[in-house]
Amino acid sequence: MNYADLFRVTLPETALEVAALLVLVVDLGFLRKAALKTRVAVAALLGVVGCGAAVWAVLTTGGPGLSYGDELLLSVGGTAAVAQVGILVLTALTLLLLIGSDFTKNVGEYVAVVLMAATGGLLIASAQDLLVIFIGLELLSLGLYILTAFAKSSGKSAEAAMKYYLFGGMSAAFLLFGFSYLYGLTGSTNLHQIVLGSLTANSSGSPLFYVALVLIAAGLGFKVAAVPFHLWAPDTYEGAPAPAAAFIASVSKVASFALLISIGTAILHAVRDAYPTGFVTVFIYVGPAPKYLGLNMPWTLTLAMMAAASMIIGNLAALAQLSVRRLLAYSAIAHAGYILLGLAYFSYSPRSAQAILYYVLTYGLTTIGAFGVVSVVERATGSDRMDAFLGLHRRNPALAAVLLILFLSLAGIPPLVGFWAKFNLFAAVLSVGAGPIPFALVALAVALSAVSLYYYIQVLKRAYVMPAVDETPIAVHPVTMIVLVGIAAAVVLLGMFPAVLQGWIAGFYPVM
Amino acid sequence: MLSLTIYISFIGALVVAMLPAKPSSMARILALMVAVAGLVVGVLGYIADFGKGLVVLTDKAWVPAMGIHYLLAADGISRTLVLLTGLAAVAGVLFSWNIELRTNEFFAFFLALIGGVYGVFLSYDLFLLFVFYEIAIVPKYFLIAIWGSTRREYAAMKLALYSFVGSAMVLIGLLAAYATSGSHSTSLIALHAANLPVSFQMWCFPLVFIGFGILAGMWPFHTWAPTGHVAAPTAASMLLAGVVMKLGAYGCLRVGIWLFPHGLDPWGWSFIGIGSWRDVFAVLAVIGIVYGALVALAQTDFKFVIGYSSVSHMGFVLLGLMTLNQVGITGAVMQMFSHGVIAGLLFAIVGRIVYERTHTRQLAELETMHLSRRIPFAAWAFVIAGMASMGLPGFSGFVAELQVLIGAWIAKPWWVVAAGLGIVVGVAYTWRAMQKAFFSDGKASAHELEKERAHPFAAITWPEVTGVAMLAGVSLAVGLYPRILLDQIEPAVKALLAGGVQ
Repeated sequence: MNYADLFRVTLPETALEVAALLVLVVDLGFLRKAALKTRVAVAALLGVVGCGAAVWAVLTTGGPGLSYGDELLLSVGGTAAVAQVGILVLTALTLLLLIGSDFTKNVGEYVAVVLMAATGGLLIASAQDLLVIFIGLELLSLGLYILTAFAKSSGKSAEAAMKYYLFGGMSAAFLLFGFSYLYGLTGSTNLHQIVLGSLTANSSGSPLFYVALVLIAAGLGFKVAAVPFHLWAPDTYEGAPAPAAAFIASVSKVASFALLISIGTAILHAVRDAYPTGFVTVFIYVGPAPKYLGLNMPWTLTLAMMAAASMIIGNLAALAQLSVRRLLAYSAIAHAGYILLGLAYFSYSPRSAQAILYYVLTYGLTTIGAFGVVSVVERATGSDRMDAFLGLHRRNPALAAVLLILFLSLAGIPPLVGFWAKFNLFAAVLSVGAGPIPFALVALAVALSAVSLYYYIQVLKRAYVMPAVDETPIAVHPVTMIVLVGIAAAVVLLGMFPAVLQGWIAGFYPVM
Repeated sequence: MLSLTIYISFIGALVVAMLPAKPSSMARILALMVAVAGLVVGVLGYIADFGKGLVVLTDKAWVPAMGIHYLLAADGISRTLVLLTGLAAVAGVLFSWNIELRTNEFFAFFLALIGGVYGVFLSYDLFLLFVFYEIAIVPKYFLIAIWGSTRREYAAMKLALYSFVGSAMVLIGLLAAYATSGSHSTSLIALHAANLPVSFQMWCFPLVFIGFGILAGMWPFHTWAPTGHVAAPTAASMLLAGVVMKLGAYGCLRVGIWLFPHGLDPWGWSFIGIGSWRDVFAVLAVIGIVYGALVALAQTDFKFVIGYSSVSHMGFVLLGLMTLNQVGITGAVMQMFSHGVIAGLLFAIVGRIVYERTHTRQLAELETMHLSRRIPFAAWAFVIAGMASMGLPGFSGFVAELQVLIGAWIAKPWWVVAAGLGIVVGVAYTWRAMQKAFFSDGKASAHELEKERAHPFAAITWPEVTGVAMLAGVSLAVGLYPRILLDQIEPAVKALLAGGVQ
C-alpha cells in the first residue's frame, strides 16, 4: 500500500469530506446573518456539487483496488462503482428535498452530517476487509442516528433516534463479535482469506462458524431492516424528519446491500478458485452440506430464512398501518426480503449482483420520491395519516399523479421500473437455483407482492377516489416539485426502457 | 398497421388526461375520435390480412441481455379480438356520453384500459403480453371505484385483487417457463419451440390456466365478475364483460394451451372419470355454465342477471377451449367475439338506457313502471339483445355456441348434456328478466298515468341509438353470415392445434 494509491482509490470519499467541511465553513462562517432560505439553498447546492464531484471521481478512478500486501482492502469498479454512483445520486436527491423543508435551523450541520454518512456508505460499498467494513458501517450509522434526531423540536424525532441508536449499538456489537470469531477461526480480516480459511480442514465445519454467521446476519440484517431485526424501522421512518427518513430508506440500503453483494461474491469466488473443477453449479441446496462448501450453505440458509420472514411479516404488517410513513417502513422490510432472496441464491456470474443493484437503486429512487410526497402532504395537513391524503388529486393534481406512479411502481405494476426490477431479480434467482425451494420462495414473493397492491391502493384510493374533506390547494416548493416530477419521470422511463440502466450497470463489470 | 391501435389509445389517454376538466364535451369528443380511430385501424387491419397467417407487426430488441423482444404480431384470433376491442371501445364511449363527473379523467382511464387490451391481443412475447395485461388492471380499479355504484369501493378492490392474484400466478408461470426453457428468450414462439419437459408442463399449465381463468370468470373464481360488473359504470361493465374477460380467455388459449400442450395430457389415472387437467377445467366450465344460469334466474337486480349470465356465457368459451378440436376452439373464439358484443349491448341497455332514466335496477320496481310503453326503444333493444343472448339462430351467439357444443360432443358427449341444460336455463332467465322489466301485466291506474305524464323519461339520445344499432347490427351480421369471422379464425386455430406457427 502506498499513499498515492490510497488517495487515488478514496478520491470520491475525499471529495465528499471536503464538501462537508466546505458546507460547514460557508454556513457557519459567511452566512450567519443570512436568511434561512438562502442558507438552505447554499448548503444543499454545495452538497449536491460535492456529490457531483464524487461521482466524477468514481467514474474516472481506474486501475486495481487498494491492497495491503496481498489482501484487498478497497475494491474499485464493478459492484463498488455502481453502488457508489447510486449512493451519491440518491444523496444529492435527498439534499434537494431539504430545500422545501424547514425542520431545522442548523442546515450547515445537517448537510455536513449527510455527506459524512454518505462517505461511510461509499466505504462500505467498496470494502473487502472486516475492519474497513466496520469503520464504514459505524460512520454511516452514527450519521443516521444524528439525522434521525435532527428535528429538535419534535418529541417523536428524539424518541425515534433513541430507539434507532439503542438497536443500532446492539447490532453493531453483534456484528463485531461475529467478526472477531471469523478472525479467530481463520486468522485474517480479508473477506476472501476468511472464506478460503473456512474451507481448510482445521476450521471447516466448526460450529463457531455458524455462531459467527448468525451474529453477522443479525448485524447486517439490522442495517437492511430484515425480520427479525426490523423493529427500529417503523419508528425511525415515522419520527425522523422526511429528508433524513428518505436518506435512511435509500442510501443506507444501497450501501448495506452492496456490502452483502461483496460478501456473496467473495464466498462464491473463493469456492470457485479453490475447487476449479466443479461443485460451483451444485452449491447450496442438495442434501447435507459437504464440508468443503464452507460458509456457503449456512449463509444461504440464514439469508433465505430472513428473506421469507421479511417478505411475510413486512407485507402483512403493512396491511394494518394507518400512518403512511409506517406503511413505507413495512413495505421497505418487504422489499428487503425480496432482495435478500436474490442474495441467498447468488450467481457466480455478475448477473445476481447486477439484478440486486438494479433493484436497490431503483427502489431507493422511488422511495425518496415517496417520502418527498409524504413530507409535502405532512407540511400541509400536519399529519402523515392516510386520511391526510384525502382528495389530494384536487388539492394538487401533479403531486397526486407523482404519488400514483411511485406507489404503483413499488407495488410492481408494469410498465414502471419496480416491475422490471422484480422480474429481473426473480429471474436471476431462478437462473441459479433450479430446485423446488428457490422456486417456492419466488412464488411466495410474487404472491405477496399481490398482497402489497392492497395497501398501496389504500393510499391511492384516498388520493383519487374518496371525497375530499378539505379542498384548499397544496403549494409545493418549485425545487421539490421538479425533483418529484423528475423522479416520477425516471420511474416511468426506466421502466419502459429497462435495458438502459441494465446496460449501464453491466458496463462496470468485466465481460465474462 | 394494427399496432397503431395501441399507440393511438395510449397517446389519446395522455392527451385526454391533460385536458382541462371543463368543458367536458371536449374530452368526450376527443375520446370518441380516439376510439373510432382505433376501430378504423382494427377494421382495416382485419380486412387487409383477412385469412392470412401470422403477420409480424413490430419486432425490436427490448432487453437484449434477457432476450426480451418488443414483438407485436397478429394471427386470425388476434385480429378478431382487436376488432371486438375497437367495437367495445366505441360503444363504451357512446354509452358514457352523459358522464359529467371528472370527465377527462374518466376517458383517460378508459382509453388507457383499451390500450392495454389492444396490447395483450397483439403481443407475441410473453413478457410483453404480461406487461400489457397488468397495465389493464389499474384503470379498471379507478373506473369502478370513482364512477361506479352499488358498493363500488368493495367491488373495485375485489376486482383489482382477483386480477392481481391471477396475474401473480401467470408471472410465476412466466418466470418458471423462462428459467426452465433455458432458451434465453421470452418470445412465445421460442418458448413453444423449447419443448418444456412434460412434468414441468403438468404443474405449470394449471397454474397459468387458472391465473388467466380468474379473469375469464372461471367457476369458482368468478365472484369478482358479478359484483364488479354491477358496481362498474356502464362503459366499464361493457368493457369488463366485453373485452377484459376475453383477455383471460385469450391468455388461457394463447399461453396456457399453446405453450403447455402436454399439460392437458392424461395423468394416467382417473378419479370419477376425471383423468387430466382437461377434464378438470371442462367440468369447471360446465359448472360455470349451469351455475351462472341458475343464479341469474334468482336475481332481483337487473344488472346482476346480466352479470351472472356473463359467467355462464364465458363457461362456453372455456368449454370450447377444452374440447381441443378445430370446431370447439373456433367456436370458443367466436363465442368470445359474440359475447363481447352481446354483453356490451345488454349492459348498455340495463345500465345506461334504463337505469339512467328509472334510477332503479330492482326488477320488482321496474315491474311497476310499464317500461315497454314508456321507453319502447329500450324494450325492443332488449328483446333483440335477449334473443341474441339466448342463442337464437340468426345471431352470433347461435353460431358460436353451436360450434362449441359440436366440439364438445366430439370430445365427450356428456359435457353437451350438461351445457344444454345451461342453455335452457339461459332462455328462462332472459325471458324472466325481459318480462319483469319491460312487459309486466298490470294496467296503469289513472293516477299513475298522470304521474308519468308529469315526469316523462328523458328522450333517447343519438349516442344511445348509434351504439345499440352498431352492436346489434354486428351480432346480426355475424349470425347471418358467420364466414366473415370463421374464415379469419379457422386457419389460426388450425395452425395453433397443429402445434406449429402459422
